[in-house]
Amino acid sequence: MSSGEKYVAAAYGVFVVVVLVWVVILAAKLSRLERETGDLAGLARARPAAGDRVDV
Amino acid sequence: MSIAKPSLTALASVAAALVTLSAVLIFVVAPEDADQGFSQKIFYVHVPIALTAYACFGLGAWKAYRVLATRGERYDLESYTGVHVGTIFGVLTLVTGAIWAKASWGVWWTWSSNQLVLFLVLFLFYCAYFMLRFSVEPGSRRERISAVYALFGVALIPVSFFAIRLANDFIHPTVFTRDGPQMTGEMFFAFCVSWASITLLAYVMYRVELAGKRIDANLRELREALQT
Repeated sequence: MSSGEKYVAAAYGVFVVVVLVWVVILAAKLSRLERETGDLAGLARARPAAGDRVDV
Repeated sequence: MSIAKPSLTALASVAAALVTLSAVLIFVVAPEDADQGFSQKIFYVHVPIALTAYACFGLGAWKAYRVLATRGERYDLESYTGVHVGTIFGVLTLVTGAIWAKASWGVWWTWSSNQLVLFLVLFLFYCAYFMLRFSVEPGSRRERISAVYALFGVALIPVSFFAIRLANDFIHPTVFTRDGPQMTGEMFFAFCVSWASITLLAYVMYRVELAGKRIDANLRELREALQT
C-alpha cells in the first residue's frame, strides 16, 4: 500500500468510524429510552385509574 | 397546504444506496488526479463533509431564528439538533482535512492559513453552544439564549467559506472558479453524487437525532406527570 493510499484509507476510515460511533451512541440511547418507557409503564399500571374508588 | 415528509426508512435507504454509488464512482470511475495522485480522492469526502457542516450550522441558525420569531418550542429542539449534527460533521471536516493536508503537503495543520483557523473558530464557537445551553435551566430563557447564540454563529459561515477563495495560500486550492469546476466531468459527477449522499446522510442523522430528543423530552414530561 502506497503512502497516498494509506492516507485515503485513513480519511475514509475516519468517516466510517465516526458514523459507526454515532450508531453505537444511538443504540445506547435507544436502550435507555426503552428502559425508561418500561419504568413509566410500571408507574402508570401502579396508579389507580381515574374512575377507581378508594375504600377507606 | 403542508408537504408530507418522506419516511425516515425511505430516506435512509436512498442515503445508503447513494453512499455505495459514490464509493464506486470515486474509486472506480473517477480518474486519478495528475497533480496529487491517489491522495486527491480525499477531496470527494472532505469537501462534501465541510459543506454539510456549514449546511447543518445554517439549519441550526435558521431554526434558532424561528424560535425567536415565533416562540415555537419545537424549533428550539430542531435548532439544537442542527448544531449537534453540524458539530459531528465539523469534527470530520477537521480530521479529514488534516489527513489530506499531511498527504499532499506534509503538514497536519498550519496556523498561518486563515481558512483552517476560521473553520476551527466556527467549530469551537458551536462547541461552546453546548456548554452555554446546558449551563442554563431548561425553559424559555434557555431557548432564547441558545437561539441568539446559534444565530450569531451563522455570521462565521460565509467568512469561513469565502476565506478559502480570498486567501490564496497553498493548503486550499480553489477548485470551483467562475469558469466552472477545474476537474474532469467524471470527477465532478463523482463529487456531486458524494455531496448528495453525505448531505442526505446528515439529514437522516438529523431526523433520527431529533426523534430521539423528542422522545426524551416527552418521557421526561410523562414521568413528571406520573410522579405528581
